[in-house]
Amino acid sequence: MLKLEGATIRNGPFEVRADLAIEPGRRVAVIGPSGAGKTTLIEGIAGFLPVTQGRILWRDQDITHAPPGKRPVAMLFQDGNLFAHLSIAQNVGLGLRPDMRLNAEQKERVAGALARVGLTGKEARKPAELSGGQQSRAALARVLVQARPLLLLDEPFAALGPALKHAMLDLVTELSEETGATLLMVSHDPADARRITDRIILVDEGIAHPPRETGPLLDDPPEALRAYLG
Amino acid sequence: MAHRAVPLARWPGSGAATLVGALILGALAAVALRAEPGQGLGAADWAAVRFTVLQAVLSALISVALAVPVARALARRRFAGRRALIALLGAPFILPVIVAVLGLLTVFGRAGWISTALGWLGLPPVQIYGLHGVVLAHVFFNLPLAARLILQGWQEIPAERFRLAAQLGAGPRDIWRLLERPMLVRVVPGAAAVIFAICLSSFAVALTLGGGPRATTIELAIYQAFRFDFDLGRAALLSCVQIALTVAAALVALRLGRGDGFGGGLERPVQRWDANTRGHRVLDGSLIALAATFLMLPLAAIVTSGAPGLAKLPPSVWQAALNSVLVALASTAALLGLAVPMAATIAAGRGGAVELAGLLGLAVSPLVIGTGLFVILNPLTDVFALALPITALVNAVMALPFAMRILVPRARQVVAQNGRLALSLDMRSTFFLLRVLLPRMRAQIGFAAGLAAALSMGDLGVIALFADPERATLPLQVYRLMGAYQMQAAAGAALLLLALSMALFWLLDRGGRGHVEA
Repeated sequence: MLKLEGATIRNGPFEVRADLAIEPGRRVAVIGPSGAGKTTLIEGIAGFLPVTQGRILWRDQDITHAPPGKRPVAMLFQDGNLFAHLSIAQNVGLGLRPDMRLNAEQKERVAGALARVGLTGKEARKPAELSGGQQSRAALARVLVQARPLLLLDEPFAALGPALKHAMLDLVTELSEETGATLLMVSHDPADARRITDRIILVDEGIAHPPRETGPLLDDPPEALRAYLG
Repeated sequence: MAHRAVPLARWPGSGAATLVGALILGALAAVALRAEPGQGLGAADWAAVRFTVLQAVLSALISVALAVPVARALARRRFAGRRALIALLGAPFILPVIVAVLGLLTVFGRAGWISTALGWLGLPPVQIYGLHGVVLAHVFFNLPLAARLILQGWQEIPAERFRLAAQLGAGPRDIWRLLERPMLVRVVPGAAAVIFAICLSSFAVALTLGGGPRATTIELAIYQAFRFDFDLGRAALLSCVQIALTVAAALVALRLGRGDGFGGGLERPVQRWDANTRGHRVLDGSLIALAATFLMLPLAAIVTSGAPGLAKLPPSVWQAALNSVLVALASTAALLGLAVPMAATIAAGRGGAVELAGLLGLAVSPLVIGTGLFVILNPLTDVFALALPITALVNAVMALPFAMRILVPRARQVVAQNGRLALSLDMRSTFFLLRVLLPRMRAQIGFAAGLAAALSMGDLGVIALFADPERATLPLQVYRLMGAYQMQAAAGAALLLLALSMALFWLLDRGGRGHVEA
């Protein structure tokens, strides 16, 4: 269970307030107008932005002030999810050992993760030598070996075409089902939300509302969401 | 800490900045305490102050005035070799001053090419020593710099603006009024201020082409007070005057160097529809040819006059060359040891004071810092025996502001691209530094190292203060040969110096680009 108890996340002059809980294993879309605070919410949970009031709890443990690398979080950013000068295998290996000193068993796990996302044979390539979709797969392979119980996506597939984006979201769904991870993804597209999530957090004017069931919420949207969906 | 931007330890950068700050501020304090204001400035000192300002003003104005038409020609024309020519405009920055001076003497001196040609016509030879010689040399060094700065201004006008102007039927005169004049008003004062600041602390040019009561800069006066009169109090007092001037000029240059641009464009290649008449083309072509000749002629002179002497260089020259290479390498190592950690700390977003320390070098001239170090070290040790290590250290400190301008933007970029990912992966500071930041900054580190090595190789500053007959660097040895009227050997040694400087720059810069990342 992830809990934000009266949490205020500060992003420069801007603040997002959240008082909500997410049950384990849920897949949750974070939806709202641009500038409403979706990315601020995600980055606050990931530990990149300070929480000025309230607390963030994971399985009843206070992680409000834990550094990003010590949280139960794996995150995919809008861009820059791979180190451009390292090989694909090295990039994935960083998810296991941030100093790249892998033992034989860990190397096998890297190979397994690459096989799982369909990148066998690309281990030695540099990110720039792969297509956009393959780069996304490599980043997902790293998320897979990281095996963190909370997966945060800040629109990492926004630059991909519609078919590729759907394929990636389906892969994310499969992976989170396999690992039982809780998924939180920023989305601009209600169709994406319907496709893979079962809950929606609506963020509007600096408030992150508690999660509601995806289908009913989209079928009968409240005023703020209706204005956004048009 | 829940909101750091990047896993980078702060202490290496802060430590390096503290060293730099202690060295520069210590030297400044030593100079200020040692100065003897009781005596005040004599008539000769005031003459030096006046000459320093006058030659710097003239050098800045002439360089900029000549650079504007050259930059416009380069901005309007596309021709084979344009990129090479623009790259060549950067070369004087790493060209040893003494080499350029010898080249200018070969072309413009009493027995030079131009005087010889005038002699055939029955005219008297040109005089190069004095104010106009100093200004000529400064224009030779700074006209290319001004042209580059102003050309950059031209290139920052987005291509869309030219397209819009052409669509509105604007001719060259309208383009000038709409786009070019506003750009120049913004860029030219900054360029002039930078050149003024550079020429204020001119030493080697004044030493070789100036001198005497009517053409002595403050830097040269410090040298003479130190070296000939051994009047440390007066050297320190003159240093204080120099500091006041340099700091004021540096502040003005930093302020004018900024300014708002034209707003973004979409980075289309600039295409021009104006100035396409035959007259415009001939005008631009001749300007470019003239500027290129002015730059190439002295270099060609060094090669032709130096090559015959190369085979019979005296052993003292080879010893000096070895000294120079060692000093340049030590200076480069010291520079990187300071600049890289400082750039990393600044990029991590916690380096206000570190950034300031990186700029401190602009406030001091080599002769001032040399005088200060002498005041501090003289009671403790034999400073003259340490001439070479001190030269290497001072060269590193003087190159620091340039290195920071090369390294910091790239370090910021790498941190912005990779910092949060590294944090979320729980990467250690050392690992991030060694395996992410440094590999991705390789090209910039190589370029900065190349600049530092070439600058140190060609430096004729502190070494002139401290050298004794047994210890010389190559530039100093060239100067000594000139002083002994061994012009053949001087030209040969200058050619060797030129070749070594360029080779060091090329090797280091090249090394940085060895593994271009995909």
